[in-house]
Amino acid sequence: MKDVLIDLRDLVVEYDGERVLNGLSLQIRDKEFVTFLGPSGCGKTTTLRIIGGFIEPVSGDVFFDGKRINSLPPYKRAVNTVFQRYALFPHLNVYENVAFGLKVKRLPEKEVHSRVEEMLEMVGLRGYERRGVAQLSGGQQQRVAIARALVNTPRVLLLDEPLGALDLKLRKEMQTELKRYQQQMEITFIYVTHDQEEALTMSDRVIVMRDGEIQQEGTPQDIYNEPINAFVADFIGESNIIDGVMLHDFLVEFAGVRFDCVDKGFGEMQLVDVVVRPEDIRVVSPGEGKLTGVVESVIFKGVHYEIMVDAHGYHWKIHSTLPQEVGSFIGMTVAPGDIQIMHRMEAGE
Amino acid sequence: MKLHTRLASVPYLLWVVVFTIIPLLLIIVFAFTGTDGGFTIENISAVGRYTDVIMKSIWLAAIATGVSLFLGYPLAYIISRHSARQQNVSLMLIMLPMWMSFLLRTFAWMTLLEKTGVINRLLGLAGLGPFELINTSGAVVLGMVYNYLPFMILPLHSVMVKIDASVIEAAQDLGASPLRVFFKVVLPLSMPGISSGITMVFVPAVSTFIISRMLGGGSNLMIGDLIDMQFLGNAYNPHLGSAISLVLMVIILLCMSIMNQFDDDVDVEGVLR
Repeated sequence: MKDVLIDLRDLVVEYDGERVLNGLSLQIRDKEFVTFLGPSGCGKTTTLRIIGGFIEPVSGDVFFDGKRINSLPPYKRAVNTVFQRYALFPHLNVYENVAFGLKVKRLPEKEVHSRVEEMLEMVGLRGYERRGVAQLSGGQQQRVAIARALVNTPRVLLLDEPLGALDLKLRKEMQTELKRYQQQMEITFIYVTHDQEEALTMSDRVIVMRDGEIQQEGTPQDIYNEPINAFVADFIGESNIIDGVMLHDFLVEFAGVRFDCVDKGFGEMQLVDVVVRPEDIRVVSPGEGKLTGVVESVIFKGVHYEIMVDAHGYHWKIHSTLPQEVGSFIGMTVAPGDIQIMHRMEAGE
Repeated sequence: MKLHTRLASVPYLLWVVVFTIIPLLLIIVFAFTGTDGGFTIENISAVGRYTDVIMKSIWLAAIATGVSLFLGYPLAYIISRHSARQQNVSLMLIMLPMWMSFLLRTFAWMTLLEKTGVINRLLGLAGLGPFELINTSGAVVLGMVYNYLPFMILPLHSVMVKIDASVIEAAQDLGASPLRVFFKVVLPLSMPGISSGITMVFVPAVSTFIISRMLGGGSNLMIGDLIDMQFLGNAYNPHLGSAISLVLMVIILLCMSIMNQFDDDVDVEGVLR
């Protein structure tokens, strides 16, 4: 690929003999918004810190713009970071925090001033220059941290769960803001989060990680619509995961019923995981659908109702705009295209 | 609730009045009265005769404080970057000598530094010396550094522990080399520790009399020795002794207010967490 900016090859990281990264390879393109998504301990922050220069891999290589930078110290990298808890300098005010990187580079005072002011304008903190950072709200501190990193116009901005400490409304606002900064400044963003909604909203590409390995990478649409295994399906959005048997191409049996599907190539009589998104189950009159069950609970979620149904030995989660009577019998159907078949994950995984 | 706090503060108030305020007033009264009991400033002006002793005390204490800072700062920083358990062990080792009597520790230095002491004898085996180690200003400074170094390290450490590792990483991330990280982040953030460490070492060092007497011989008299002589020695003159004490107190107060000025500057720049 021509515009590959960061090339990670076979990275292995160990802490106290425990593998945190297990041969991770990944390419990140210039001006891309990439998100590492996974539960805590999956290695996403470790990967970010390798790119930032704070961790050196035990083996494997890190290439930046074609050059190997494995042991290049952080202060020599064209990369800046927005840290998880902002890590603002408590002894400096807002202006001095943002100006730090430029002053370290010994830029002329005039240029420092205009760039800092421009950046504060962009993050909406004009007029806060002389404030101590401890006097700011969480959201404002967050903006200072972003401005402090972006003012250096790095090739890559690393963001380590930057919105984790903010409340929901502010988080949504900042998601839009971040995406705007990224497009405006044309900088590669590498974003780490465990929040799938955040990942889907902002990213050009999502890397789903688990136990130091990449599970799946692709656009948010790919990841959501075509999860590669039950872990990804479960982690991204909500899903019903059911044991099934692939009888032959285009025919799968689960919950004791045979369904037409669009998958092939699994072989005959193969044990598989079947994933059905809650919004893909249609409620019909009892007896009309392939499945029949009893409504266990109905919870109003705003746009939809979340309905739990006990049917054929499984608890099914359905998202529907219409409520159902608890205790009533309903029928359910799933369109062939909405049934996702994936290889059974090995035991213990 | 309010009544309780007020009641609880009574013992402390009594203590302060009986053991701090009244003695302080007595010292002031003594300093400004003669042996006949009348008001005089003779005692205060007499302190001028000892200017070189006072200057020497300040000089030696300042050197000892400087050396303690120079030795203690890197040590405190290194300790603060280790795990909590390692920190506890290190700090305990630093405080360990303080579990022994101050006098005993200083006596030990006497036997080490004497003309026929351990150090000179070892050097003698190598065909060197004997050197004049004891009864020198150097020995006094050594004694001060040895005894007061923990008072430098502990306040430094307690401030440095609070410096978030991610703040240091952020500075590196923004392009600061290790040296610049130190001068632009670590040093300013540890300023409160430096100023309280300096105070904690300088104040006891400038007023010591045991260290100077045991390790300094007759030629390294300090303010503390002067005061001691006026109250317990042959020169018995509590009025002059009080006057010297008062001058010493003013010197210390001046030093502390200069240090506090420094602290305030740090606070104006940004509030420490």
